Amino acid sequence: MNITEIMPFIVLIPLLAGPVCVLLPGRGLPWLLATISASAAFILAALTLGSVFEGETLRYAFGDWPPPIGIEYRVDAANAFVALLITGVAAILLPWAKPLVDEEIPERQGSFYALFLIALAGLLGITLTGDVFNVFVFLEISSLATYGLIAHGKDRRALLAAFRYLIMGTVGATFLLIGIAFIYILTGSLNMVDLAERLPALGDSRALQVGLGFIVVGLAIKLALFPLHHWLPNAYTYAPTLITTFLAATATKVALYVMLRFIFDVFGPQYSFTALPLAAVFMALAIAGMFAGSWMAIFQRNIKRMLAYSSVAQVGYMVLGVSLLSLAGLTAAFLHLFNHGLMKAALFASVGLIAYQAGSLRIDDLRGIGRQMPWTLTAFALAGVSLIGVPPTAGFISKWYLIGAAVEADQLWLVALILITSLMALIYIARIVEVAWLQPRPDDAPAVNEASWLLLLPVWILVAANFYFGLDTRLTVGAASAAAQALTGGALEGLLP
Amino acid sequence: MTVLSFFNYWAVIVLMMIGYYCVIVRGNMIKKIIGLGIFQTSVFILFISAGKVIGGSTPVLRDGVSVYSNPLPHVLILTAIVVGIATTALALALTVRIREAFGSIDDDVIDAAQQDDEGR
Amino acid sequence: MKDNAILVVVARFLIPLMMLFGLYVQFHGEYSPGGGFQAGVLFAAAWILFVFIYGLETGLRIIPERVIYALAALGVLLYGFIGLLGVLLGGRYLDFDPLLASPQAAQQAGIILVEFGVGVTVASVVMVFFMMFARRRAESLEAGLDPDADEDIGQ
Repeated sequence: MNITEIMPFIVLIPLLAGPVCVLLPGRGLPWLLATISASAAFILAALTLGSVFEGETLRYAFGDWPPPIGIEYRVDAANAFVALLITGVAAILLPWAKPLVDEEIPERQGSFYALFLIALAGLLGITLTGDVFNVFVFLEISSLATYGLIAHGKDRRALLAAFRYLIMGTVGATFLLIGIAFIYILTGSLNMVDLAERLPALGDSRALQVGLGFIVVGLAIKLALFPLHHWLPNAYTYAPTLITTFLAATATKVALYVMLRFIFDVFGPQYSFTALPLAAVFMALAIAGMFAGSWMAIFQRNIKRMLAYSSVAQVGYMVLGVSLLSLAGLTAAFLHLFNHGLMKAALFASVGLIAYQAGSLRIDDLRGIGRQMPWTLTAFALAGVSLIGVPPTAGFISKWYLIGAAVEADQLWLVALILITSLMALIYIARIVEVAWLQPRPDDAPAVNEASWLLLLPVWILVAANFYFGLDTRLTVGAASAAAQALTGGALEGLLP
Repeated sequence: MTVLSFFNYWAVIVLMMIGYYCVIVRGNMIKKIIGLGIFQTSVFILFISAGKVIGGSTPVLRDGVSVYSNPLPHVLILTAIVVGIATTALALALTVRIREAFGSIDDDVIDAAQQDDEGR
Repeated sequence: MKDNAILVVVARFLIPLMMLFGLYVQFHGEYSPGGGFQAGVLFAAAWILFVFIYGLETGLRIIPERVIYALAALGVLLYGFIGLLGVLLGGRYLDFDPLLASPQAAQQAGIILVEFGVGVTVASVVMVFFMMFARRRAESLEAGLDPDADEDIGQ
């Protein structure tokens, strides 16, 4: 069996393991099945990335119906890279999160893990599919599962966060559907490759512009691009730890990937960036998001919410890379997509351990906790160093490439802005470190124990990955530039204003 | 004539705006969900009306008919309708739970209660 | 509501017809308008009408809660398994041609089985929706969570 025949099972394994999970009783079995299927999907995703690294494209037609009639999965370096991130994060987090889930969701864990697997399968489906309507369906599958998972949070505000995310998310997905309706009415096709051939022949029209606009806005809501990010801080703050960590590392990344797929592959950069002033809009919103997100993060009193606002800022970096409209910028965007997934997973995972051991996420309650939980807080600080972008971390690599792309585009003022927002990241990370290590533990504060090494190990693996990918960039930079190459086909020359 | 020949689009636009307005303006969660439903339905109509071929019959193969309407939009929208049902059911379930937890389903009241929670 | 003779008579007449129509839509779906989604909803509607008349407890005696949950998952699994069968017999996922010798028969058998899975899942999920919402008020009154517990809405 060659890799093309196996590749769709990256999605199918979690999708089919989900309903089995519902049937399994108790706490151990559903978790075991979820872990095994996430790991299996990770192995398959790694194999797939290995075989598309040199620029090949794998195509798998479901039911042997030839595209564009049937639905096909189409995998190149760009989606394989994103799929590797999603499955990798899930495979590391699931074994780690067992005690945390036991504490936060004591009952009906079968349904909880089933929802998790379906959310995972939905995100992977969006990533791998080559059919635009399939994108909508998988987007809704993963979103619906995500709303349910967020509502599992212990705080009553989790319900409200889930409801508001549901309203915004559904509006976003419906916008995407409107956009798909426009391009379907114009072309009669839903296959991405087929659309890419038919759309240029149509020439410019108001309908096509409206379709592109709806798709970009709909996905920008899912991406939490400033100022459409309002669902994100509450959803991340009140969701269960496992869900926050998983979503922060994957959900917005998938939305960014699929938006790039539409802009670069389906519509083509020549059309997208000339019909609508996307580059200018993206740049303005990205910079506004970088500043607003970092600024809000500095003043938060809840550590999870602080990291959520930081995510809004980090989405800004990725979109900034896209708005530079060059291969280097797109490479930087993909690189930051992957690296930010790693650092936010490490940060939220260590915060999850603090919540598990200390029972509070208010920064005021964390005074002096560094001495009682040294390993956890050190992991947090090191992952924070990666978030700020200090060498030799993964965060430094992505910022380095982003700055390189800005210099290449002769936009030196962007370099200054990137450095300023990095300093703002330094402020909010340093604030936690200061509170946790330098302030004394109040006398009336409850005693807190360090988490067990079983819980610490996966967090430290994620932290180590942040440093490993800061030193050895063959995989990340290679895959990111292959992904950028695959999306554009080298067709970006002559587009710069 | 040209205005009337696009009447399906007019219906879609009117429904879409009514639904979207409800989602944005209404503070009551049930009304928000109803608005969301109208908004989604307008898009379904946009899709389905695009599948009609003038003079085409139902897309079931039989003798003596050469022009068929396009069945694909119906199939796609069937999927989207199911997604819409799932969304509505989940939203209603969340509303029930929110009413139990906060004692209200009105945005203003809940926001006030949430402010209290932040203070604690 | 089972004391109301008119309702009972009409329901007794309607419920079997609805179920029959659900099955008709289910098993004619492969070559005429119909299919699993519609059939599942029709079938569940018959059960819901029954519950309206005879109460949820009687309804759950016919089909216990655990069975509904199990069927919801098993329907999806039937779909997935038929898809896998295509792979195991040397084709692609959801490829029905390897199932039987004649391609027409194979496609027909495949789509009927897949749609049967869809129908079972949709019917049981709609039943679960109804059951959840129907039971919630009693549960929340018991748990003291209902803010309007004093107002009796004619239970």
